[in-house]
Amino acid sequence: MAAPTSDRLILPRYRRDPEGTHPPLDSAGYRSTSLRHPQQPLVLLPQQLTEVTGPLLGPGRLGELDNDLTRQHAGEPVGQRIIVHGRLLDGDGRPIPDSLVEVWQANASGRYKHIVDNWPGALDPNFDGLGRTITDDQGHYEFTTIRPGAYPWKNHDNAWRPAHIHFSVFGAAFTQRLVTQMYFPDDPLFYQDPIFNSVPDEKARQRMISRYDHSHTVESWALAFEFDIVVRGREASVFENEEEDT
Amino acid sequence: MTTPSQTVGPFLSIGLPWADGPTVVPEGTPGAVWIRGTVTDGAGEPIPDALVETWQADPAGRFDHPDDPRGRVAGFRGFGRCPTESDGSYGILTLVPGAVPGNDGKSQAPHIDVSVLARGLLNRVVTRIYFPEHTEANAADGVLGSVPADRRATLVATRTEDGYRFDVRLQGAGETVFFDV
Repeated sequence: MAAPTSDRLILPRYRRDPEGTHPPLDSAGYRSTSLRHPQQPLVLLPQQLTEVTGPLLGPGRLGELDNDLTRQHAGEPVGQRIIVHGRLLDGDGRPIPDSLVEVWQANASGRYKHIVDNWPGALDPNFDGLGRTITDDQGHYEFTTIRPGAYPWKNHDNAWRPAHIHFSVFGAAFTQRLVTQMYFPDDPLFYQDPIFNSVPDEKARQRMISRYDHSHTVESWALAFEFDIVVRGREASVFENEEEDT
Repeated sequence: MTTPSQTVGPFLSIGLPWADGPTVVPEGTPGAVWIRGTVTDGAGEPIPDALVETWQADPAGRFDHPDDPRGRVAGFRGFGRCPTESDGSYGILTLVPGAVPGNDGKSQAPHIDVSVLARGLLNRVVTRIYFPEHTEANAADGVLGSVPADRRATLVATRTEDGYRFDVRLQGAGETVFFDV
């Protein structure tokens, strides 16, 4: 293979997500967006060194029980114990190993342990609702937690968020950073949720819903749900493209 | 195939902040600077429930990452994370990054990539911090040059006694430039 003739660094490049994958920032149905969404057009930022690298954090930062949200206090939290597991993958199905996954959620009553949440859902002194883990060498992660309840909010009349777990992932590069919400199958509340419905593409919306996974349940202990998280995939390298051109 | 983004929501402070999030380098590190600012909305009101994340090269322009073809250099975390206070303010303690090569073989001006997340933002918004003392490098920077001239200043920090000020205006007058990465 001929060496590239320019001095250019050979960098990976990450594919753009198809139109409709992510919600538009201006989504009037979700009222908080009205004063917070940028109104000026975004400026294209070419992917260069800062964008194709990213923090690789996790090893050394985690406690042994950080991925078990049911064992953070002396007593056990109330509610349905569940195992939430899955893989962190890129758009080509390649696992992303050793990558930090952070989650947070309401308790079984749908109440968050946060000063701003003061609706009458019961607080649980044995549940804080935050967890962290790193993916293993197959890109697999696992949390043990309590199934969260639905939570009312003031967005519209009688508004309720479908039960959800917040997920934050870094991936391998700044371009792959993603914060999403995991939902539960057969939730009756999707139809009135502007956050879930802000995602334009129907197949993309379905990817936010976990799958009940009986094979991963633990008898007399916990039910299980599977939730794979897919971040942006890579394009062929610049070098390969240059080869084809000459 | 990509999982869609959803808002970080109003309760991010349950899960995301770390005790050492704001300190990219430990306090007392020689040369360390505080980058502080406020995050505001379209009415000019402070946003008390936002999260600011930073990512940057070290002072020699190197990254601790295997995809940097120049080689991985360990020792500098490069990442900062700070939730905003009730007055919308955040602070990150770091070292000013060195210049980093661009795709065209030329040097980029020293910069920090920033992600801002909040209730009311269905996806993160991305911006960059440039430094006021690097006037020549900023004038030659391809990314800064691609930004409308009358908005460029929103990306350049100003000097303060213990570092720099960089405000994020999500909407309205003086709206910060945000990028599509």
